[in-house]
Amino acid sequence: MSCVLVVVETVHGKTTGPACELLGLARRLADQAGGTVAAALLGRGGVAEELISRGADKLYVAEHAALGEYHADAWVPVLARICRQAACDAVLICHNAVGADLAPRLAFRLGTAVATGCVDVALSAGRFVLTRPCYGDNAREVVSLKTAPAIATVRPGCYDVPASDASRSATVEQVQPECDAPAIRTRIVARKRDAADGMRLEDAKIIVAGGRGLNGAEGFRVLGKLAQALGGAVGASRVPCDLGWCPRSWQIGLTGRTVTPELYIAVGISGAGHHMAGCGSAKAIVAVNTDPEAAIFRDARYGVVGDYRRFIPAFISEVEKLRS
Amino acid sequence: MRIVVCVKQVPNPDIAASQYRVDEQARTVTPVAGVQWVMSPFDEQAVEAALRIREVHPAAKITVMSLGPERARNVLKHGLAMGADEGVLLTDTAFTDSDGYTTALTLAAAIKKIGNVDLVLTGRQAADWDSGVVGAGVGELLGVPVISCAKEVRIEDGVVRVERVLDDGTEIIEVPLPAVVTVSNELGAPRTPSLRETMRAARKPVAAWSASDLGLAADAVGAAGARRVVERMFIPVKQNRCELVAGSSPEEQAAGLALRLREAKLI
Repeated sequence: MSCVLVVVETVHGKTTGPACELLGLARRLADQAGGTVAAALLGRGGVAEELISRGADKLYVAEHAALGEYHADAWVPVLARICRQAACDAVLICHNAVGADLAPRLAFRLGTAVATGCVDVALSAGRFVLTRPCYGDNAREVVSLKTAPAIATVRPGCYDVPASDASRSATVEQVQPECDAPAIRTRIVARKRDAADGMRLEDAKIIVAGGRGLNGAEGFRVLGKLAQALGGAVGASRVPCDLGWCPRSWQIGLTGRTVTPELYIAVGISGAGHHMAGCGSAKAIVAVNTDPEAAIFRDARYGVVGDYRRFIPAFISEVEKLRS
Repeated sequence: MRIVVCVKQVPNPDIAASQYRVDEQARTVTPVAGVQWVMSPFDEQAVEAALRIREVHPAAKITVMSLGPERARNVLKHGLAMGADEGVLLTDTAFTDSDGYTTALTLAAAIKKIGNVDLVLTGRQAADWDSGVVGAGVGELLGVPVISCAKEVRIEDGVVRVERVLDDGTEIIEVPLPAVVTVSNELGAPRTPSLRETMRAARKPVAAWSASDLGLAADAVGAAGARRVVERMFIPVKQNRCELVAGSSPEEQAAGLALRLREAKLI
C-alpha cells in the first residue's frame, strides 16, 4: 500500500479537531500497511506545521482565493488531481455538510466508490473495511469497496486526536489549481451564517439539547439559561428545527451536526437512532424525559423521569449553587 | 420544462428501533412483518419541490422515476397522486442489490433516454442506507452540476437558484440548467394527495424499463456492477446502564443529578 490521503478542512484559518482525528486514523492505517500519510489543504495555507506534527508525511497545498470557502465545483477538480498525483489507496474526509457534499462527487469523478458517515475504518487483509450506520442508525453495515481509492467520510469523535510531535518532517507540494470556467459552473450568490452567539457546537464541552418534548420555542429559552449556567451550548433534534422553535443550525443528528461533548443533556428527546448518530459519541448523556420508556434512556448514563419545566429550573439553581 | 424526480421505496422509517431485524445470510435489513413500504421522506420533499416549481411554470412536465422491484410502482402512484404527470419504473432482476454507483448509472441512463431533461430532483439521502450518494452520482455521470441539500428551489430564465443548507446557515447558489438538485427536509412538509388527484393518478401513464431498454448490460448493473460490497450487517447493541435519579420532587432530583455529575467531574 502506498498512501492514505486526508482532506483537511479549516475553520477560520485553523485546523479542526475532526481533521486531526483523521490524521491520527490515517497514520495508524498507513503504519499498519507500511505506507505514508498525505494531507490535502485547499484555500489558504498556514496550518501546514500542525498537519505535519499530527502525522502527515506529505502535504499537497492548493492556494487560491476561490478555494478559501468550500465550493464543490472549485474543490472537486483540484482534489481529484491531488488524489491521482498521490496515487492514494484511501481518502478520508470529515463527515459534515462539506464532506457529505464533496465525497460522493469526488468518488464519481475518480471512478471509484464512497462510504459516507463511517464510524470505523480498518484494514483487513489489505482491504479497507468501513463500518457505517444505516436505517437511521437502527442498523450498521460493514462494507468494502472494489475500486480504489476507497473514499470514506468519517463521523467526528470516532477517533482520538493524535499527540502533536514537532520533530516530524514532511514534504510540501504546491498544486496549481484551475479555478476558472468551464470547471466552475455554479455561482455562489450569498452565504447566510446563523449568528453564532456562543461557541460552535462541535467545540462545546457541554451541550444542552431539546426535542419535540419541549412543546414549543419557550423551552429553548429555559435550556439556554441552563447552557449559560454550565458554560455550554444549545442544540436540538430535528423536530424543533422543522417546526421553527430554534434555528436549523442547532440540529444534531444524521442529517445535522455531529457533536462530541463531555456532557450531553437531552431534554424531551426520544432518542431515535437518527438523532443519536449525531451525539452518541458524547462521554456522558443525561436524559430528561416524561416517558420512562423513551429510547434515550438506553443511551443515557443518568436519567431523570419528569417534566423538564419543573426539573430544569431546579437544576439551574443547583448548578448555580455549585458554581458560587 | 422537463423535471425528473428520482424516488426510492423504503420500509417506513418511522417504525421503532425494535422492529428492525438483520438477515445475516442475505446481509440485508428486514423490518418485521407488517411494516409498510413508503416513499423515502426526502424524496417526497423532492416531489414537493417539483410541484412548487410547476406552480410557477405551469408548462413544466414532472416525471417520477424509481428503481426497484414491481412493488416500487406504489411510490410512483404516490408521486402521481401528489401531482406528478407520469411515472417510470426501472425494474429488472439484473438491478437487484444495486449500490450507489449502479443506482446512479441506471437512473442516469433512464434520464438520458427521456432526453432533454432540464432538472433532476431527488432527496438528499434515502432513509434506508442513508448514504446520500446517488444524487451526486447522477449529476457526475450526466456531466451536469449538482447542488445538494436544498431548502428552496426556484427557476428563472433557465437558471436554477437554490438555497442550500450548511452546518451553520445557508447559501444561495445558481447555475444554468440542466442541473441535479437534492432536497433536504428544510424545504417543508410535502402535500398530501387529494382524493381527486388520487383518482386522476390512476389514469396517468407509468412506463416500465429494463436494463436492455436502457442499453445497459446485465453485468454492468445491480450487484454485478456494484463497487460496494456489504460484508456484514448488525444491529448495534446498547448497554443499558442508565442510572435513574430518584427523588420525591424535581428539586430533589435536581440536587441528585448535580451531585452525580459533580462526582463524575462532568460539571
